[in-house]
Amino acid sequence: MTLIGWVQIALVLAAVLAAAFPLGAWIATVLGGRRLALAPVERALYRAGGIDPERGMGWKSYAIALLVLSAVHFALLYAILRLQYWLPFNPQGFAGMSPKLAFNTAISFVTNTNWQAYSGEAALSNGAQMFGLTVHNFLSAAAGIAAAGAVARAFARAGTGDLGNFWVDLTRITLYVLLPLALVVTIVLIALGVPQTLAGSVDAITLEGAKQTIALGPVAFQEAIKLLGTNGGGFFNANSAHPFENPSAISNILENWSLLAIGFAMPIAFGRIVGRPRDGLALMITMAILLAAFTLALYAAEAAGNPLLHALGLPGGNMEGKEVRFGIPLSSLFTASTTATSTGAVIAAHDSLTPLGGMVTLVLMQLGEVIPGGVGSGLYGMLVFVLLTVFIAGLMVGRTPEYLGKKVEAREIKLAMLAVLILPLAILGGTAISLCTASGLGSLANAGPHGLSEMLYAWTSSAANNGSAFAGLSADTPLLDYGLGIAMLLGRFAYLVPVLAIAGSLAAKPKLAASAGTFPTHGVLFATLLAINILILGGLQFLPALSLGPLAEQFAMLAGQTY
Amino acid sequence: MTTQTLEAAPIGLFDPRILRRAGLDAFAKLNPAALIRNPVIFVTEIVALLVSVLAIHDLIDGHSPTFAISIALWLWLTVLFATFAEAVAEGRGRARAETLRRTRSDLVARLLDDPADRTRFTEVPAATLRRDALVLVRAGDLIPSDGEVVEGQASVDESAITGESAPVIREAGGDRSAVTGGTQVISDWLVVRITAEPGHTFIEQMIALVEGASRRKTPNEIALDILLAGLTIIFLIAVVTLVGLARYSGHVPSVVVLAALLVTLIPTTIGGLLSAIGIAGMDRLVRFNVIATSGRAVEAAGDIDMLLLDKTGTITFGNRMAAGFHPIAGVDPRSLAQAAALASLGDETPEGRSVVTLARDAHGVAFDLDPDAVIVPFSANTRVSGIDLHDRVWRKGAVDSILELVPGQATDAFRAEVERIARLGATPLAVMEDNRLLGIIELKDTVKPGIRERFAALRRMGIRTVMITGDNRTTAAAIAAEAGVDDFLAQATPQDKLAYIRREQEAGRLVAMCGDGTNDAPALAQADVGVAMQTGTQAAREAGNMVDLDSDPTKLIEVVEIGKQLLITRGSLTTFSIANDVSKYFAILPAIFAATYPGLAALNIMRLHTPQSAILSAVIFNALIIVALVPLALRGVRFRATGASALLRRNLLIYGLGGLIAPFIGIKLIDLVLVAIGAA
Repeated sequence: MTLIGWVQIALVLAAVLAAAFPLGAWIATVLGGRRLALAPVERALYRAGGIDPERGMGWKSYAIALLVLSAVHFALLYAILRLQYWLPFNPQGFAGMSPKLAFNTAISFVTNTNWQAYSGEAALSNGAQMFGLTVHNFLSAAAGIAAAGAVARAFARAGTGDLGNFWVDLTRITLYVLLPLALVVTIVLIALGVPQTLAGSVDAITLEGAKQTIALGPVAFQEAIKLLGTNGGGFFNANSAHPFENPSAISNILENWSLLAIGFAMPIAFGRIVGRPRDGLALMITMAILLAAFTLALYAAEAAGNPLLHALGLPGGNMEGKEVRFGIPLSSLFTASTTATSTGAVIAAHDSLTPLGGMVTLVLMQLGEVIPGGVGSGLYGMLVFVLLTVFIAGLMVGRTPEYLGKKVEAREIKLAMLAVLILPLAILGGTAISLCTASGLGSLANAGPHGLSEMLYAWTSSAANNGSAFAGLSADTPLLDYGLGIAMLLGRFAYLVPVLAIAGSLAAKPKLAASAGTFPTHGVLFATLLAINILILGGLQFLPALSLGPLAEQFAMLAGQTY
Repeated sequence: MTTQTLEAAPIGLFDPRILRRAGLDAFAKLNPAALIRNPVIFVTEIVALLVSVLAIHDLIDGHSPTFAISIALWLWLTVLFATFAEAVAEGRGRARAETLRRTRSDLVARLLDDPADRTRFTEVPAATLRRDALVLVRAGDLIPSDGEVVEGQASVDESAITGESAPVIREAGGDRSAVTGGTQVISDWLVVRITAEPGHTFIEQMIALVEGASRRKTPNEIALDILLAGLTIIFLIAVVTLVGLARYSGHVPSVVVLAALLVTLIPTTIGGLLSAIGIAGMDRLVRFNVIATSGRAVEAAGDIDMLLLDKTGTITFGNRMAAGFHPIAGVDPRSLAQAAALASLGDETPEGRSVVTLARDAHGVAFDLDPDAVIVPFSANTRVSGIDLHDRVWRKGAVDSILELVPGQATDAFRAEVERIARLGATPLAVMEDNRLLGIIELKDTVKPGIRERFAALRRMGIRTVMITGDNRTTAAAIAAEAGVDDFLAQATPQDKLAYIRREQEAGRLVAMCGDGTNDAPALAQADVGVAMQTGTQAAREAGNMVDLDSDPTKLIEVVEIGKQLLITRGSLTTFSIANDVSKYFAILPAIFAATYPGLAALNIMRLHTPQSAILSAVIFNALIIVALVPLALRGVRFRATGASALLRRNLLIYGLGGLIAPFIGIKLIDLVLVAIGAA
């Protein structure tokens, strides 16, 4: 590790945190429903959709609206992917996707996962990229933020079933937050050299005289929203490591900032909406400290490098699978950020990380994508942990546990546990089944603990709606296409519905006043407690699996054996 | 107090009789149908059963079953320790119920045939009395059931339930009309209208409560149960899927080992102690002579933000006592004290005695009553009292009456002083010696000693205290300031009380209130926690969700503490239980996987002797910690009246950090013992 490396990491994180305050305040304003500049556009949209923007929704209506939107868009996207050969903007004349791959990909984008079992530039037309994927990058992100907004309102309101109107939230988030931010980032990316064109590809003659086809397309806009909306699906197979997606260290810093920005702004927005900014701040600081700690662990593991290579006279950190233009510190930060946010965009090959480095990425996803997690989903995931923390520790101050004046009782705990169960069930269950079937074993490129890590990673990434891949795994098989698709569905909706039900239950409760006897939910003590609880409740159940994967590999590597 | 309360006969934590019975009950509670109420321990029992079957299987197959048998044994002990903890808690309640039951013999009731005629009645067994039956109770009789006096007045010995030996007056109408079954009429007679159906009388409810028979899980307990069940499922997933992962890795651990891993990971510590904590909490409450209608009410008591207390009898003694001497110009304060003390020597009322006491304490003035002295008692006519001795005269009394005896001596300053004292809610008495006016004795309602500190403690816990009084604002303000309450409600009518509670509740506060009168009933019912006094009316007793048998309103403070303690104990042991898991991973994971990946032996940071001893040590620790914590579960984690932050920091340090560290030490020690005795 070098000082300059530390400084690079610190500067990016500082820029993220600095932006979180104004951005969070703005998101709170947008979710607050105040009349804003584009009100006529909003009105036109609502009229076209037959929506009464004043009508509030209970948690069930809200959840149904969200599910209907997702189902309809799954069908649309599935159709686009299958039929792209006949659709416009297909200069390369790509054929339609296979049913299993289209199923997997459609779910992947609708659930904000962006797991890619295909190679973008070799399988998708510009039309499918723009009208299929990019649209969903917006919608799935906006749906997540909307749901988080509904949960935030539940804490702010009392004695009501009204969580807000999903369609209005969706429209306003897209119109006022995602689109403007994406446009700004797109323009800067174009300036930095990222292509934005409808041309399919250009041909070049190399020095040896060979013909090379270089894929192009409307990259910049998709790049911007894929990061801002923590989607992560790359235009190119190499994702953000591709020079057309991420040409330089400067563009990389902007992209790293983009994928963290909204995630960290959400707790600030939450604090504003519930009228307790300090509580929101405590959540943000907890997220920031955990992310910084994991980033440094990853950086340390990568900077320490591989002792086997050191023994061969090759000193230095682990540069395998990393881009020289980014270097170890920024690669570590991006890798930690992308797995901590459910983005899943990559600038380095996660398969080539040191075993401990790889373990950090696994743990970050297994914790439930809450530091800061996906846009919106990170906040409501965090709030589930908050409720559990408040419940266990809150008892220790001798009162029925409460958070922001809302009592945490049996119903909330039941729903929170239901949500928390999903990840171990999908991740460990899926991994165990895959590793016991011939089909699953056939997908592995490596043996031993590294092979286990590859499979664990695929299920973790899907269930946590991250979408990054450990590579080395042939994912386009019936088992994995369908299995991971189901894991993505569970990870998104089987988590989201209980969370909205919690919101419904909380919104109906009276808001209690705070006193000296109230469990304090801001400040250092709470942040520490929350962080420890996230690690213990979110991480402990994965320790056996991790010890058979990355931990075993690490100790084997120290003993001179690689896989 | 010359009382013989239930508290005075405490039941020891380790009473051998209770322990012996609990030991037997622990086995009876192994019945899975009953145990399913407790998901964590139920899973443990199933696993123990499974491992036992495997151990027997090993035995038949001729494999060495030592390890499997040891694990099975300790898993069964884990379950037994949990059922034992519950049995001990129940046993203590049962012992208390025995004491109560003695008061309830086969009573005979005199059922009146005609309400108007006290002479004609039929003798029937008390157990057949229905609600609204009218019975006659005469001196020497035990009152057959709970009821309300409709006619007559009598002194009643309620020591059977309150422990207070001094008899109390019960009379028709007013706030002293409720009587309790099992108490004894000492003099006179009463006609009582029965208000409880058979089986639902006070004493019966109390017995059911302490025996745990009517115990239903409280809301918080249900929530905690769900959390624990959820954690159990999560770890079940982790352990079951481990089979698949381990199979891929090349070596599947035996079912016995996986069973050990599962049981050590699921929260058996809190799961095993949860019901014991709840039962012990109710027991503590009854020990304070408070009966709650439900465990829910006790938990709610821990949540309250605001406490409404009646002034008289709670905050103040309720009778006026001398608080100061105010001489007129030219009189030495000591002379006034002397004269006041002399004038009060023959006055045996509390007020009179308080004058003598104040003179002695504040001015060192002390006299014995001279045998020649002629005592002039207070009469409503003269409104003065005093003493005549050797031609000298000392008098104290109502200011007007004294001034009539010494006309023209009242200066403007004197009158102003009298007015000032009266305005503050105190009572001025004038004092004269021979024919000379000396000054004023200030009598006022005295705030109980120590009450200020108790309110300060409540404030630190985040609970505001509000004094309710019928006094005018000035008087109320003066006493409120002296007692240190946060707010007061002066000239309070029942409607005012109700409105006040509603207003606070709308602002998001949980309100507790104590009251005794019928006019308190609406407020008691409206409050989140209503504590009715045992001496109060039946209406009040029914409106409240707790009844204080000693009729001591400050008891609410203890009730609050018991409610808080209940939650703190649960939270602390849950935290401890979950924190324990970290060390168990370090004990068991290397033991399971070192065969597959030798490098993982590096995780064996406790340097446990062999894989088998490591696993066994973790299981043994897991079982023993339940027994070790039984006393804490029964006694409750100590509650301190501090703010939430300080409380949290302290409990986190002890149970969180302690929960992380303790098992590392414990498991290592057990491993050392196992090695020493050659079991490993």
